[in-house]
Amino acid sequence: MAEKRKIRLVDSTMRDGSHPMAHQYTVEQVTQIAAALDKTGVPIIEISHGDGLGGSSFNYGFSKTPEEDLIAAASKVMNNSKLAVLLLPGIGTQEILEHVYDKGARAVRIATHCTEADIAQQHIGLARELGMETLGFLMMAHMVEPEKLVEQAKLMESYGAEAVYVTDSAGALRPDGMRRRVAALRQALDSKTKVGVHCHNNLGLGIGNSLAGVEEGAEYVDGCCCGLGAGAGNAQTEVLAAVLELEGFDTGVDVYKIMDVAEDIVRPMMPRPQIIDRASLVLGYAGVYSSFLLHTYRAAAKFNVEPRDILMELGKRKVVGGQEDSIIDLAYELSVKQKAAAK
Amino acid sequence: MAERIKCAIVGSGNIGTDLMMKLHDHPTLELTMVVGIDPKSEGLALAKQAGYFTTHEGIEGFNKHHEMAKIVFEATSAKAHMYNAPIYKELGKIAIDLTPAAIGPYVVPYVNIGDVLDESNVNLITCGGQATIPIVAAVSKVARVPYAEIVATIASKSAGPGTRQNIDEFTVTTATGIVRIGGAEKGKAIIILNPAEPPIMMRDTIYCQVEDMDREAILTSIKETVKRIQKYVPGYHLKNDPIFYEDRVVTTVEVEGAGMFLPKYAGNLDIMTAAAVEVADQFAHHLLGIDKKTAPGVTR
Repeated sequence: MAEKRKIRLVDSTMRDGSHPMAHQYTVEQVTQIAAALDKTGVPIIEISHGDGLGGSSFNYGFSKTPEEDLIAAASKVMNNSKLAVLLLPGIGTQEILEHVYDKGARAVRIATHCTEADIAQQHIGLARELGMETLGFLMMAHMVEPEKLVEQAKLMESYGAEAVYVTDSAGALRPDGMRRRVAALRQALDSKTKVGVHCHNNLGLGIGNSLAGVEEGAEYVDGCCCGLGAGAGNAQTEVLAAVLELEGFDTGVDVYKIMDVAEDIVRPMMPRPQIIDRASLVLGYAGVYSSFLLHTYRAAAKFNVEPRDILMELGKRKVVGGQEDSIIDLAYELSVKQKAAAK
Repeated sequence: MAERIKCAIVGSGNIGTDLMMKLHDHPTLELTMVVGIDPKSEGLALAKQAGYFTTHEGIEGFNKHHEMAKIVFEATSAKAHMYNAPIYKELGKIAIDLTPAAIGPYVVPYVNIGDVLDESNVNLITCGGQATIPIVAAVSKVARVPYAEIVATIASKSAGPGTRQNIDEFTVTTATGIVRIGGAEKGKAIIILNPAEPPIMMRDTIYCQVEDMDREAILTSIKETVKRIQKYVPGYHLKNDPIFYEDRVVTTVEVEGAGMFLPKYAGNLDIMTAAAVEVADQFAHHLLGIDKKTAPGVTR
């Protein structure tokens, strides 16, 4: 019998999950999740502010606990899994990356918008110099055709990325779009460079898209326990572990144990159920960065406008990840228009 | 025409060429020389066409003819400026540095120009800094600002390889400027590149955390500042009235370029060259002994 293909799962409950947690994770919570995940066999555990290192801000929300403290604490209780961080050049810096390396981070995802890979050259280079497992993250991958994504993935590869992700930040891709992108990258990149997928559930396709990506050759797959992540959430790590095992892949993750982490440890911490409500469905429908969801709810409440109207308009304006500042501004504009129309 | 101060532009790329256009027929600044390193550069050809003396021999070329200028606009790269700066100093020139080298003190027109008029080298910080630090300074003039944060969103097309390969330089330098010149106690800067077509205008959001909020005073101060910036960057404007939100005031500005040499969407580049010319103009007034009623430096 042929050997089962290995899939490297990355659990992002403490990074993408930081969005629905409004970046309020405590050292106790992170220690508890990290210690438990470490025993499931999941190879990589990501911990950062939702918007990556240095994301704590007015624009994205302040972290309750400095991420370096969370990283240091988790690192102490992890013996098997590798601790990863996320870095978006333009928000986080090389200096912060070196700092969290000292606290125990040994893998990093360097993320850019899907057309801007060249802002990541220095950060990818530094990560490789530090000896970190270095993964490139091309966000909002639904916004460009596979050919453009290939061009950008090749740049990341040339800087030293060991894998490049098709990152569906808006949860807007459907299986066919995911397949075409992963297949294009798989074909164009060096055989030593891996391809990864990061899927959100805004259109209910988190697991389906992940599986489609794996079938086209993706070897890194992201998940979050209970789907805890931006928008309608991510592909659930425990479901991925089960589905991939059933499909004959080797994730090395103990399905029973990861189910227990999700249900016994993560679920009780969740501030709201991870469901596809109207606004999160609109994220996928309009192609908007998933972490805009809660910022949109807050701005909509403040200015008394409909969250979906904000998100649809942001989609039309082709706003990219990181532009959270445009939400409040747009909500204000819509409220002014609404008041004028009512007169 | 009244007496003017002679200037040279070193660097004949996009920035240098846009500077040249802004210096045509300037009332206090007389452009005399454009320095490049590539004899085939479009910038040098345009300069020659416009009747300026040009050299493609770089800093050596400048050296040979340095008596032609008192003020030098450095529109090269940080590395080149590191090399050139001691030469300018030796020759007694005033260097207006548009690179990230930051050898001299930071300057923002009207905000702290009064503090630097006796310096021989000043630095323009970053485009995001020029667009946002005046607003931070406007707020910190009338209130205590424990923390200020800016988000600069620019069109991908307007970000050249220099910015792209040194993006940390932008965030770190701008954050330092927010504190040093803006008067906030802590600062943070974020930059986002947006590839949308047609290219978007530069957009900056400035969050100031404020203690003992006096909305009226803050609003007045911001609006006065915007008017002052509009004198040298006509395309600079508030997107909406500043929004007061919990403990902060949120100001969003857009910067439309003048569209002289650079496209209109490149407001980020336009504000740099416009600020550089404005700073040089204030130096020229100082050298000529004319009072321009420059704002005093930030004293806090």
